Amino acid sequence: MSDVTATTPADGSGVDGPRPDTVLDPPLTGDSYTAPGPDGEPEGLVAETSEGPQELGRRSETEPGQLRREVGAVLRLPEGVAIDPSDIDIEQSDDETMIINMGPQHPSTHGVLRLMLELDGETVLRTKPVIGYLHTGMEKTAEELTYVQGSTNVTRMDYLAPLHNELVLSLAVEALLGVEMPPRSDWIRMLLVELNRVSSHLMWMATNGMDIGSTSMMIYGFREREMILAFFEKTTGLRMNHNFIRPGGTAADLPDGWEDDVTIICDTVLPRTDEYDELLTGQPVFRRRSEGIGTLSAEEALALSLTGPILRSTGVPWDLRRSMPYLRYDEVDFDVIVGTYGDNFDRYSIRLNEIRESIRIIRQIVEKMPAGDYRVQDKKVTPPPRGRIDESMEALIHHFKVFTEGFKVPEGEVYVAVESPRGELGCYLVADGSPKPYRMHIRGPSFVNLQGLPLMMRGGLLADAVAVCSSVDPVMGEVDR
Amino acid sequence: MSPDAATDVVAEPTGASASGGGSSRAPGRPAQEVVFPTRQQYEAVVGEYKDSGFEMCADLCGVDYLGHPGRRLPEGVSPERFEVVVNLLSLSQARRVRIRVQVPETDAEVATLFELYPGVEAMEREAFDLFGIDFVGHPDMTRILLPEDWEGHPLRKDYGVGRVPVQFKEAPGPR
Repeated sequence: MSDVTATTPADGSGVDGPRPDTVLDPPLTGDSYTAPGPDGEPEGLVAETSEGPQELGRRSETEPGQLRREVGAVLRLPEGVAIDPSDIDIEQSDDETMIINMGPQHPSTHGVLRLMLELDGETVLRTKPVIGYLHTGMEKTAEELTYVQGSTNVTRMDYLAPLHNELVLSLAVEALLGVEMPPRSDWIRMLLVELNRVSSHLMWMATNGMDIGSTSMMIYGFREREMILAFFEKTTGLRMNHNFIRPGGTAADLPDGWEDDVTIICDTVLPRTDEYDELLTGQPVFRRRSEGIGTLSAEEALALSLTGPILRSTGVPWDLRRSMPYLRYDEVDFDVIVGTYGDNFDRYSIRLNEIRESIRIIRQIVEKMPAGDYRVQDKKVTPPPRGRIDESMEALIHHFKVFTEGFKVPEGEVYVAVESPRGELGCYLVADGSPKPYRMHIRGPSFVNLQGLPLMMRGGLLADAVAVCSSVDPVMGEVDR
Repeated sequence: MSPDAATDVVAEPTGASASGGGSSRAPGRPAQEVVFPTRQQYEAVVGEYKDSGFEMCADLCGVDYLGHPGRRLPEGVSPERFEVVVNLLSLSQARRVRIRVQVPETDAEVATLFELYPGVEAMEREAFDLFGIDFVGHPDMTRILLPEDWEGHPLRKDYGVGRVPVQFKEAPGPR
């Protein structure tokens, strides 16, 4: 790398091999900070941003197994057929292709997603998502928080559908506790998560419009979403990261007049979905940019564990609300929207129509909302109501203990999944009998769905890569956790 | 539906009713089916479940039982430090099965499921990254969430919390 320093062996450290440029090297103080590798490692700024083996390597340096995976040949072949090496080698050699880096700061990657693309001209040959730029160790944090505090943590994972995250944790804790929930709390939860689904899909319509070049869609999407966030603020106190759905019910009852607010939201958003139809669905530019782009077959989607609108776009009618109902979804009437071709346009249509279905569900919830408790009346789990604290010392102590020590959850392990706007959102919870989870794992749908990118982008144009990435709808907070 | 090749596979419904307390399960929540193969049986057992209609591997994660050795396990399963937990999903039967395989600390490796379910690719990398469990045969066994030069596996129970200096490459040392 630098022959100049090799000629001047001044410092005694560089006995074998050329010592890296000493000016750039910071003084090494701690044990954990190792010097750059002795032989030809990237240095300086390159080293700081390099992820090494996590990146997309040159074709000639990549092992056949990994190369096969990256080009998606593993999935294109029927089972039992040996892979023909020419399948992956017929393409250009290294000097005819180019590896470019997209992200992590690219505006179209929805956060800090970094894509490395191998291009032949404008055609994408291989793609590798490099993730982890938003990793904050939330699963480790969850082990340090009590079950009561847990929902403040998980709500920050998928920040576009925070209520779904709170819901899945609460359902897992309640499954381990074995408490039976009062009906009203279930219906309140359903109302909130369906509103959240509408707001999340609206946000997706907005950002997808922006990615494809329809900036008016962006304005409209944000405008409608704002109505729902305003209702959330009125109900939960916060626009996002609500910590409203908690183990044992919800934090409070719905505010007075919630029926009117929700009805206004439904009456406003539903006709506006027809406006989106006019704006996008029939528009030739939009259709040509989405039809037949990023196609996927049902077998490939199942093999890659893709869920949510991506799986449904391939024609598989799989929706956890219908197939494995939780809460009271078996008591409401709605349709599962499926596509046919598994392309970007199908995924767009599914999300647009899911907004309509969610509004249909919300209207039924408004009609069917029962009276009763909004949280379970189990003294172990639920803090005493505010009024009791003023008059009873025991209630005060009890309240204090629930929020400082938390409640104990019996030993056991459970996996619970709900249908988030992005797919199957699962929570694997291990309890050891203490007030803190022994292990909490969240199966983030975006994390898994990103695996579909290399397959969906292969053979497409670079300009479509942005559209494909957008149609997967990744939320990086959930991918990296 | 229990595979016949693995004889000491134990199907045990756990969940709320099995975890004590005497309270009844919430309605509409089916009992959860759990299978405990050994490491040698693991791949074959998962393969048989795949053949019997479990089309999707919904989830795969690791658990470190260092601080909780006396956990409830069925007869004949000897507890080890690590566990790999796989959640398979059958769309046709609307059914889930959970596979828990014990992985010893001294030899923390287990066969990959990549050939059966290519969708475990990122999940196995995540388990490797956070627990240091090696999945033999995985095409790209690198860290996924943490930087490639990170030291240790943070979700292990003996990994410290909070008082570790940030280990990004070329960062200045603690003052």
